[in-house]
Amino acid sequence: MPRKLLKIETNPSIVEDNFLFIEKDFDGDISELSGEVMVPSGYWSKHSEALKSSELKVAVWLDSDETADTIKDFLNDVEFVAINFPKFADGRGYSIARLLRERFGYEGEIRAIGDVLLDQLHYMKRCGISSFEVREDKDIEKSVNMLRTFTESYQVAFDQMQPLFRRR
Amino acid sequence: MYKYDHYDQTIVNERVAQFREQTDRFLSGELTNEEFLPLRLQNGLYVQRHAPMLRIAIPYGLFSSTQMRRLADITDKYDKGYAHFSTRQNLQLNWPKLESIPDILAELADVEMHAIQTSGNCIRNTTTDQFAGVALNELEDPRPWCEIIRQWSTFHPEFAFLPRKFKIAVNSNTETDRAAIQVHDIGLQLVKNENGDTGFKVLVGGGLGRTPILGEVVNEFLPWKHLLTYLDAILRVYNLNGRRDNKYKARIKILVKAMGVDAFSKLVEEEWQHLKDGPATLTEEEFTRIKGHFTDPEYQELENQDKLLSEKFAESKAFKNWFDKNVNPHKKSGYASVTLSLKKLGVPPGDITSKQMRKAAELADKYSFGELRSSHQQNLILADVKQSDLPAIWEEAKANGFATPNVGTLTDMICCPGGDFCALANAKSIPIAEAIHAKFDDLDYLYDLGDIDLNISGCMNACGHHHIGNIGILGVDKKGQEFYQVSLGGSSYDDASIGKILGPSFNAEDVPTVITKIIETFVSNRTEDELFIDTVRRLGLDPFKEAVYAKKAA
Ligand code: SF4
Repeated sequence: MPRKLLKIETNPSIVEDNFLFIEKDFDGDISELSGEVMVPSGYWSKHSEALKSSELKVAVWLDSDETADTIKDFLNDVEFVAINFPKFADGRGYSIARLLRERFGYEGEIRAIGDVLLDQLHYMKRCGISSFEVREDKDIEKSVNMLRTFTESYQVAFDQMQPLFRRR
Repeated sequence: MYKYDHYDQTIVNERVAQFREQTDRFLSGELTNEEFLPLRLQNGLYVQRHAPMLRIAIPYGLFSSTQMRRLADITDKYDKGYAHFSTRQNLQLNWPKLESIPDILAELADVEMHAIQTSGNCIRNTTTDQFAGVALNELEDPRPWCEIIRQWSTFHPEFAFLPRKFKIAVNSNTETDRAAIQVHDIGLQLVKNENGDTGFKVLVGGGLGRTPILGEVVNEFLPWKHLLTYLDAILRVYNLNGRRDNKYKARIKILVKAMGVDAFSKLVEEEWQHLKDGPATLTEEEFTRIKGHFTDPEYQELENQDKLLSEKFAESKAFKNWFDKNVNPHKKSGYASVTLSLKKLGVPPGDITSKQMRKAAELADKYSFGELRSSHQQNLILADVKQSDLPAIWEEAKANGFATPNVGTLTDMICCPGGDFCALANAKSIPIAEAIHAKFDDLDYLYDLGDIDLNISGCMNACGHHHIGNIGILGVDKKGQEFYQVSLGGSSYDDASIGKILGPSFNAEDVPTVITKIIETFVSNRTEDELFIDTVRRLGLDPFKEAVYAKKAA
């Protein structure tokens, strides 16, 4: 069943998405997968050649205790990268996103998955996250507005690489 | 002081609108308690024992008489007519209603104030010396740096959900450290290198709480331009590596200890190499812009008023006492800094009525260029007073309960709100402070004792900084009963140290007697004018233990 996704392309909008989340402990054969899948980074490392040559559309997801550099070498081989927020108060994903963008130059989609609520979307966006699987019990229709809460920011982050003091 | 431009104002106004909307969603049930928690905390709102508690930011303790008047109005309108200055130079309201918080924040925004990041697991209000900019022995004014850090840390998107709270303090004094930088997550000491360039000595991993530790140096000289990129690097290393499984082990001090300071510094250095010289590198232009907000007021060219003052001293011993304790020297001749004491017997330390708030604003307008400061010792300061005005200001301060001449003495206690207000408390702290104060009400005796820091916390969280009091008192819970553990030998200044526990804890009634015995032991062992802390350091705890626990043994 497709799920709703907040996605920032040129403008933020709500789109449908079919990628299937594959659990971290999945150890099955590639043949058990089909269509569009989001595999854990460990699974990708183990099966990258097979996954690349398959018909599958493959994205990879990182957990908050994994580091961005574990996937830096295959960023160009995946559909997108997802970062898991096991709890919304676990802030490691913000640093991971910035590292993917600013350190490893990743320009593709970065998706927030897991405990993704409305009130953190602005910070996530600033750190370079470009799509959001808002938790299903939250009203995703409100999410576009949440990105408009602040019109200015003081400090450097991926969405504004010039600090306010260089612009004011 | 720093004045908002339209950018600063817009950011604060947008914050108010955001919190209003979030509060609505919470009240309508759309946000759970758990989800609302960090949102309200990052707007200064705790839920306390009796009611919510709102912590209003006073960035690095500096505010204007206009802001003070607004705070007084808010205190009357939304609270019970009194407020409380905290040990982080902030102001706390103890009885506001949750529904009215957005309105309070809007009233604050009107006068360029807010409650942003005054609690929660984020970067908190940066603190500094309460005499910044006017003190003797200052390398340069630390406040522009504090403001630069304030702006950088405000809504920093990467560091809003850290493992734990994060506190930064800046000191620029070469002789002392009133900002207690060694017990902060990051302590910044302004220094000059051999070429005369400004930079920072950077300490990381100090802190109080359950595991009191002094910070360790990670960088001996960080050139000022790199301040923000270096802070970004430290925070990133902490955000990614700090423990999140146990809130008591989540502060950066635990990470630094676990890794060792060398390994930690190396990680920071590696991270920094990527950020260094990037766009967050500070510019001369920005520093000049910010510094322009902290220029000297229009001082007159005045002589020191030694003659006038000594005449006054001869007339009134009380004035002399007050001058000795509550007046500090000033960098400009003919001027002085006055501490308005919030440590009156019978009033919880740091508490202030709205009437006193208005009076303090009036005194600031009349005598000190309309500016005020709050100190981490929970007092107020008028920083730029003409020496010739001191007798007049003393009279007015006395008439308004501000002139308790006890600054620095045993009764100038630091005390957290404790069990009377705070939901986390193990024990009450305010009644203990009052009982001790009552015991040591003889001023001559107090002065003879010299400076003694006595700090009280109602629980391990150490908001009352008990570890760094020369005498520390900590509320503990023993089978549902309130007990107090006493430690000796802590210090918060440049010779910072963590106090050592004296022995088994005491019940509330015994605390004043225990303190008396400790003081008597000090008096009978001190050499001439030796300070309490020096006697403790010289003799160790044994004589104090003997005095305090003797009866039990017999
Ligand atoms: S030290 Fe404990 S009791 Fe005192 S204010 Fe802090 S949390 Fe509350």
